[in-house]
Amino acid sequence: MNELLSNYLPILIFVGLSGVIGLALLVAPFLIAVKRPDPEKVSAFECGFEAFEDARMKFDVRFYLVAILFIIFDLEVAFLFPWAVAFGELGWFGFTSMMIFLGVLTIGFIYEWRKGALEWD
Amino acid sequence: MDWIVYALDYLLGVPILGWGTMVGFIWKALLLLVSLLLFTAYILLADRKIWAAVQIRRGPNVVGAFGLLQSFADLLKFALKEPVIPAGADKAVFLLAPLVTVLLALSAWAVVPVSEGWALADINVGILYIFAISSLSVYGVIMGGWSSNSKYPFLGALRSAAQMVSYEVSIGFVIVTVLLCVGSLNLTDIVIAQQEMGLAHMLGVPWLSFLNWFWLPLFPMFIVFFISALAETNRPPFDLPEAESELVAGFMVEYGSTPYMMFMLGEYVSIILMCGLTTILFLGGWDAPIDLPPFTWIPGVVWFVIKLCAAFFMFALVKAVVPRYRYDQLMRLGWKVFLPLSLFMVVAVAFVLQLTGWGWHGGM
Repeated sequence: MNELLSNYLPILIFVGLSGVIGLALLVAPFLIAVKRPDPEKVSAFECGFEAFEDARMKFDVRFYLVAILFIIFDLEVAFLFPWAVAFGELGWFGFTSMMIFLGVLTIGFIYEWRKGALEWD
Repeated sequence: MDWIVYALDYLLGVPILGWGTMVGFIWKALLLLVSLLLFTAYILLADRKIWAAVQIRRGPNVVGAFGLLQSFADLLKFALKEPVIPAGADKAVFLLAPLVTVLLALSAWAVVPVSEGWALADINVGILYIFAISSLSVYGVIMGGWSSNSKYPFLGALRSAAQMVSYEVSIGFVIVTVLLCVGSLNLTDIVIAQQEMGLAHMLGVPWLSFLNWFWLPLFPMFIVFFISALAETNRPPFDLPEAESELVAGFMVEYGSTPYMMFMLGEYVSIILMCGLTTILFLGGWDAPIDLPPFTWIPGVVWFVIKLCAAFFMFALVKAVVPRYRYDQLMRLGWKVFLPLSLFMVVAVAFVLQLTGWGWHGGM
């Protein structure tokens, strides 16, 4: 408990202090700068005319696809971390099991590639 | 009301660690924060100066000698600008976005060891903590772009998010190759492993410690990490989220005053973090390049800062001389070049280590 606390408490304090500094920076102009809002100033930035529609429009599905691929691969990286740390003790068994896992994943990756999920034209 | 006091005491660790330790933590955290922010101010100036020098300009040279106070003048100017919140914006999220960006960028620094034993918190999962925090940094971008309720920020945020997550994956694989050689998630251990084993020890010249560092045995990964770090921090040539010729300023279009400055601050702090990580993972951290007297007299923290600045100089130079990528080229590089390459390197490094029994194995 003691060790855990002395390891992680400084992080908490540091994050708290950076939060205070960030908040101070954020609030500063609201306190000291002039505020003269008018309808033109607070309208969304576009090419000189009123926005036609809501800005939250449909977007390309490929962004969604990238997010899905990212989740798969990032989880894989997270899965590799403990394996890499314990690598010296695992021996050939640990090595082969992870290679089989990576092999399965690579097959999936090749499938994605051939299906064109990685194409941006 | 007593129980609140007790709960606070317990949460803050005073009864367990004592007041002295607590005050020590707070001073150390303040020292790190202040030196980090001052360093960022001068790194920003250095970036502009290097950029100017490449284009045969002088760069900022009016405020203070050689423009040394330029960043502080900028801070003052930003604080005195009118903060505009767009009418259609989601106000709370709009203001929260820069705060999240700065908070995440700064908080990753809590675990970075700048010299032996000079880390605010030398936790044993250091690199995992940094990886987790830098994965979260995409939230600031998404929140800023979405809450602005304007078209350019929306498109900029989408692009930026896709770009950041794409390169996050190859950074993860690069870190795994380093971990395979080290066998520990602790950042101090990663540096010590580079002192205690490596090519120089194998060749019988242990004083040539720059040969020990991981940049040499893991050379392709060093380059992949550097380029991915550029993309991860939205630096040129991968600054597509803020490609001014297409998206004005990307997700930051609607921001002004200090909220805008906080995005820039967050960006520069993460750039410095990436330079620091390059130093720790591949350039031997605070280790002197040659383990002989004139070099070992210089304290470790100076070596760390020198290496960090050298890495940043490369960042700045790339910004100045390389033209911007197109978006499809960027995604192609991330998914079709770096990902297979780093995946292959993980397998290759693991195979070599398994075959030869090399590696530091957490000092065992």
